[in-house]
Amino acid sequence: MDFSHSDDRRMLADTLDRFIAGRSDPMARARLAETAPGYDPSLWEGFAELGAIGALFSEDHGGFGGSGFDLMVVFEALGRGLTAAPFLSTLMSGRALALAGRADEVEEIVAGTRLVAFAHDETDAGYDRASVATRAERSGDGWVLNGGKSVVRDAEGADLLISARTAGGEADPEGISLFLVPAGTSGVSLNAYPCVDGGRAAEIALKDVALPATALVGEGGALIAEAMAAGTLALCAEALGLMEVIRDATVEYLRTRVQFGEPIGRNQALQHRMATVLLEIEQARSAVINAAAALDRNGDDRERVLSAAKFTIGKTGTFVAEEAIQLHGGIGMTWELAMTHFAKRLVLINHQLGDEDYHLTRFIALGRAA
Amino acid sequence: MDLEFTPAEEAFRAEVREYYTTQVPARLSEKIRLGQHLDKAEQEEWHAILNRKGWLVPHWPVEWGGTGWSVVERYIVDLESSLANAPRALPFGINMLAPVLLKYGSEAQKAYWLPRIKDGSDWWCQGYSEPGAGSDLAALKTRAVRDGDHYVVNGQKTWTTLGQHATMMFALVRTGQSERRQEGISFLLVDMASPGIEVRPIITLDGGHEVNEVFFSDVRVPVANLVGEENRGWTYAKYLLTYERTGMASVGASTAALGWLRSIAGKARRNGQPLLDDPLFAARVARAEIELANLSTTALRVVAAVAGGGAPGAESSMLKIKGTELRQEISALTRRALGPHAQPFMPEALEEGFNGEAVGPEGAAAVTPQYFNLRKLSIFGGSNEIQKNIISKMILQL
Repeated sequence: MDFSHSDDRRMLADTLDRFIAGRSDPMARARLAETAPGYDPSLWEGFAELGAIGALFSEDHGGFGGSGFDLMVVFEALGRGLTAAPFLSTLMSGRALALAGRADEVEEIVAGTRLVAFAHDETDAGYDRASVATRAERSGDGWVLNGGKSVVRDAEGADLLISARTAGGEADPEGISLFLVPAGTSGVSLNAYPCVDGGRAAEIALKDVALPATALVGEGGALIAEAMAAGTLALCAEALGLMEVIRDATVEYLRTRVQFGEPIGRNQALQHRMATVLLEIEQARSAVINAAAALDRNGDDRERVLSAAKFTIGKTGTFVAEEAIQLHGGIGMTWELAMTHFAKRLVLINHQLGDEDYHLTRFIALGRAA
Repeated sequence: MDLEFTPAEEAFRAEVREYYTTQVPARLSEKIRLGQHLDKAEQEEWHAILNRKGWLVPHWPVEWGGTGWSVVERYIVDLESSLANAPRALPFGINMLAPVLLKYGSEAQKAYWLPRIKDGSDWWCQGYSEPGAGSDLAALKTRAVRDGDHYVVNGQKTWTTLGQHATMMFALVRTGQSERRQEGISFLLVDMASPGIEVRPIITLDGGHEVNEVFFSDVRVPVANLVGEENRGWTYAKYLLTYERTGMASVGASTAALGWLRSIAGKARRNGQPLLDDPLFAARVARAEIELANLSTTALRVVAAVAGGGAPGAESSMLKIKGTELRQEISALTRRALGPHAQPFMPEALEEGFNGEAVGPEGAAAVTPQYFNLRKLSIFGGSNEIQKNIISKMILQL
């Protein structure tokens, strides 16, 4: 049993922390979200050169990491910096393509030269992973896609990894396939917008999108599961990094903000709220550690641990964000305070890849199935 | 990071599991499973069984009978013994007094008292709290005045757990007058058979007799029974309190309790289906299960930190808060799972040899009293609010 990261991972974390502190301003995230692509491309190149993308993939796929704890280290650092960069899309699409054996595209993804957005969610799907109404029909050797995708992050200028139904009814977990659609393909139209927590996303309309046979990446089930599993862990770790910053900022504020002639942190009512925040964050850290260890395993046990973690993060993240705003008082209501941007990101992580209720329900269902 | 036990630890775990699942008398484990209390003879029986096995005092130095187990191995034993519904050895002599004697006691005291703790010659109780000194322990007033080679003790202790069976008490008494309340406190070993001691039961809200008031009038205690130096008792008591709080994550006990909850809620029926399949109730149970999985890793993180040479500090406060809240939540859910059968008050059904008519599901009689009894968890050992004060001061430095 050992709860410290390996030397290599500690070095990776230090390198990332230094790079992010030097190159990325937390306040830039909201500003960058105003225009496409929502992040600084030169920063993204820097991350690629640093090996931060390679850390998310195994050696078999051209990376030098790819285990749960590698993902944890990278995304925790990204969270600490409130970094605007298409890491989550890259991780999810890259892991699915790697599992499908698309080595050429994966190589470019790991190099940071090809961006692939993960286009799975739909307007009426909520968080239901099997709810895919977009249809793919055979047309000669190729395929034609019709339908739409919703709130697809990092879609502008990127290739799209689109899930579409080739068989089955609307909520059938079977009959879904993944298609790789190059940026600018005819029939694909994007309505892009900034998100509340920074970053950009798009509604994607697919109208008679004609694709060659090679666009079919493979049957969706296992590929989507792989992307979702890695993405879920990544979001949990990112949230942990966000919470660390919010915790430190709030403790500092309690120590320095003076009212009634003394630091507000002298008040037991505030001390106890802060103590509770602290211990909930440590419980969340344990949940992320459990999820990181589980990612490299297979089957329902892995999925159950991931859902336990995402549930914990959803519940705790929202709690920490709300407490931090409250403990900051009036200044906690302002755009100018960096902490509030961390808090917004933290709350909206609960809206990506399933919120606490979704994952609690899933945790229960997986337990029954076992 | 590596969350797995080593092969050696796994082998140890298998050995421990084998022992606890086969060697605990079924009479005793059944009582624990059903939330019943062991009587004095049963408690002594279990103490003797563990002593014969050599596992009674694992954390003592090997020369005094300790096992030399690592903190990880101790954690494993704690976990496996709870999962097997094994009784717990009473902590007062073994976990609370012994570390103080080992660190601060004289050679003569160690040589005399430690073997007697181990072989069960003495039943120890703790004399800390007083009517006016609960969380604010330093407010204690019980006074010991030197008279030749004795102290003469007058005052009152309270919440004395199982004091009705005790032959000895380790007590904090005031021996000096000082500006600082923490100075002037001494650590005394008191023979409960001394003239002038009166033990009166306190019946707790669940109807049980677990705690007592102990009155002292002109009780003579030999000066030889002073541990360490006069007026330095507060230091020793604080040392002891850290020991009291480690292990309060109670992961094993909560795991066993969750199993019991699942068993009751799996049999209870609501709206034609098992209560465990009711979405709202299932969600409450799942939340507890996830909290427990997180807590288990948090506890192991603290264990690993201690194994790496750290001391259990304010982190033990975090484990105490989360651990006790979770156990209370599981006991509340178990009570709710009984539905209307939470109502009957049948303390006699918890006694040995009860052959009256049981009401409700198996084990129902213990559930509601235990729920009320476990409210103590967030109050004793430094209330959870005191733990938050400690976190604020030690970790947050507010």
